[in-house]
Amino acid sequence: MKKDIILAGVGGQGILSIAACIGMAALEEGMDLKQAEVHGMSQRGGAVQSHLRISTEKIASDLIPEGKADIVIAVEPMESLRYIPMLQSNGWIITSINPYNNIKDYPDIELLLKEIWKQPHYVTLDADAMSKDCGSVKAANMVILGAAAPFLGLKPESIEIAVAKIFADKGEDVIQLNLKALRSGRAYTMKNI
Amino acid sequence: MEKLLLLGDEAIAQAGIDAGMSGIYAYPGTPSTEIMEYVQASEEAKANAIRSIWSANEKTAMETALGMSYAGKRAMVCMKHVGLNVAADAFINAAITGANGGLLVVAADDPSMHSSQNEQDSRFYGKFALIPILEPSSQQEAYNMVVYGFQLSEEMRIPVMLRITTRLAHSRTGIKRMEARQQNELRLSSNLRQFILLPSIARKQYRELLNKQTQFEAASLASDFNHFYEHPNTKLGIVACGLAYNYLIENFDQHQVPYPLLKIGQYPLPLDLMDKLYEQCDEILILEDGYPIIEELLRGMLNKGKKIRGRMDGSLPRDGELSPVIVGQALGISQSAGGKVPELVKNRPPRLCDGCGHTDAFLALNEVLLDYGRGRVFSDIGCYTLSALEPLESINSCVDMGASITMAIGAADAGLVPAVAAIGDSTFTHSGMTGLLDAINNSSPITILILDNSTTGMTGGQTSSAYGKVEDICKGLGVSEEHIHVIKPLHKYHDENVEIIRRELAYEGVSVIIPRRECIQTLNRKMRQKAKLKVLETK
Ligand SMILES: Cc1ncc(C[n+]2csc(CCOP(=O)(O)OP(=O)(O)O)c2C)c(N)n1
Ligand code: SF4
Repeated sequence: MKKDIILAGVGGQGILSIAACIGMAALEEGMDLKQAEVHGMSQRGGAVQSHLRISTEKIASDLIPEGKADIVIAVEPMESLRYIPMLQSNGWIITSINPYNNIKDYPDIELLLKEIWKQPHYVTLDADAMSKDCGSVKAANMVILGAAAPFLGLKPESIEIAVAKIFADKGEDVIQLNLKALRSGRAYTMKNI
Repeated sequence: MEKLLLLGDEAIAQAGIDAGMSGIYAYPGTPSTEIMEYVQASEEAKANAIRSIWSANEKTAMETALGMSYAGKRAMVCMKHVGLNVAADAFINAAITGANGGLLVVAADDPSMHSSQNEQDSRFYGKFALIPILEPSSQQEAYNMVVYGFQLSEEMRIPVMLRITTRLAHSRTGIKRMEARQQNELRLSSNLRQFILLPSIARKQYRELLNKQTQFEAASLASDFNHFYEHPNTKLGIVACGLAYNYLIENFDQHQVPYPLLKIGQYPLPLDLMDKLYEQCDEILILEDGYPIIEELLRGMLNKGKKIRGRMDGSLPRDGELSPVIVGQALGISQSAGGKVPELVKNRPPRLCDGCGHTDAFLALNEVLLDYGRGRVFSDIGCYTLSALEPLESINSCVDMGASITMAIGAADAGLVPAVAAIGDSTFTHSGMTGLLDAINNSSPITILILDNSTTGMTGGQTSSAYGKVEDICKGLGVSEEHIHVIKPLHKYHDENVEIIRRELAYEGVSVIIPRRECIQTLNRKMRQKAKLKVLETK
């Protein structure tokens, strides 16, 4: 089993927490993993991306070759489209539909969604609203992780254990919020595909 | 032992802790910053009293580490590639003094300039200094190399360089730790003149360094980090350095490369193995994530030997980082390609955070400069460099840390009066203070904005050496008190700030204006940490 995953978003949106959860779950299952992040410049309102590779075999490169990614997981719709060159022809896009508009020429959201819906496989969801329903808009990234979870080839328990570990030092309330968000994302995907 | 999920940088830090280092010295710089940050956050490091305070710049860090090595203890010094330019004097001369306690210099290169002003290759510096270099192909290897590097440094009594690149530094994977080793006892060199580089001693030491080269090469030949793979297809031989090895094997099923392959992780190059590859194969392909150093050496000036392929003959691009696809193309292996980015997708460049104090400072400066015309603002490196872009477009230069004040002096000397310098607080203590002294001694008609956000913002908010000291430093260097102003860069003080800047630009001498407001990101982080502490307390 091998999954090559591109994570995409805008600096500060929490894609690294998503990566950390998947990474920890993969480690929990004894898999090899490599996760390349971009730090520095791009953290301030710029586009950020991370290459995450998990596999039962040994992984060579930290970078995913173009056209080889199995999944693009995005917390922002325009960012999900930026990485289409990385995605293989039957790959999946999992993205939030909530725009992060911090540039003056941000495209019309309707057009963006239409573009995503033109792709062969996608899950699009209103992660902000779903997260709010769970108690706080802050867990939108975990909603997205949940929505992507069925495509990762990992056991749901491993991901939940990882989420609990990642948020361990933030207190029980935060852990429960994030687990709830995670489950609601998963339920959405299971119902809609 | 359970594997730890660590960034390459963190693996290096953990290895330093496990290898018994007594101190780590560094100035922040992407992609090296997380090494020091990991040690600072480590309970183990605290329990073992490992020194881990940010230095004012890379040169002071390098020298402090050398001092610890002098006293017989293990020291690590970390910097980004351009930091080595700043530390170069100390670095090159430390090769002549040699080490006593293990001394490991970590240089983090940034091919493709993800967050740097160039993509210089630190292996050149290592070669220039004539010291051994280690270049990992994985985070685990980086861990192992730190442990080995300290041993090698003590055995050969020489500083050792660990050269990493962005992808290795900022990629996370599972790391197996080794058993922790005790720190060294305080122990001076048996030769108390080892570190005195008077010409008479330096000549002797330099000859010793030259003599050691055969030992270094023997170590490379024996090293587990260099490996010759005897593969059957001798039409091509491949040399793969560091991370390039992974990009290479990614291209083959089961990672089975058909060609004879020399994987390089330790320099100086093991010449016997290079020779063997050259003799066996019809052509040689060199894969280096950086400058074509080995390639150039193997080609020679006239390139009259066997066909050598790489960055210099166009098999690989001349600049930028390597990738599995680029390496695959050089091997003639057809590569997959995804779809095109839809035209709808717009660029999202990094920018100053909403509400950042730098914005208010530059808005005020921009207004005053309407009277003088554009093209007179010499800037430095930090978040404020983003004011070069829309919508502010305030600054006209960004070259190296500290160059704002000094370039302003030169431009003013040439007649560009008034000239303005814009420099951050951390950059000011890194290498702006000496420039300010020049300006004072030169009575230059320049106005210097020291943008004080009480942190090193660009690299993620590390403690700034300048904290709480900026005015005193300026006074001490000789700026007259009536020309030092602390202003608050907030919209509501805009008119006031414009007036102060206007007055000082009109003054034909050195003025310093200090817009002071804490970086919002650092402030937020502090508040989050406080909240976290509260959670822990209530547990
Ligand atoms: C020689 C060198 N060392 C380190 C860096 C990395 N670096 C770029 S800007 C910066 C510090 C910026 O801090 P400051 O001047 O306080 O400005 P701020 O980002 O906080 O606005 C650092 C460490 C560099 N570019 N060059
Ligand atoms: S990180 Fe701090 S200094 Fe940098 S742009 Fe943001 S608020 Fe300004």
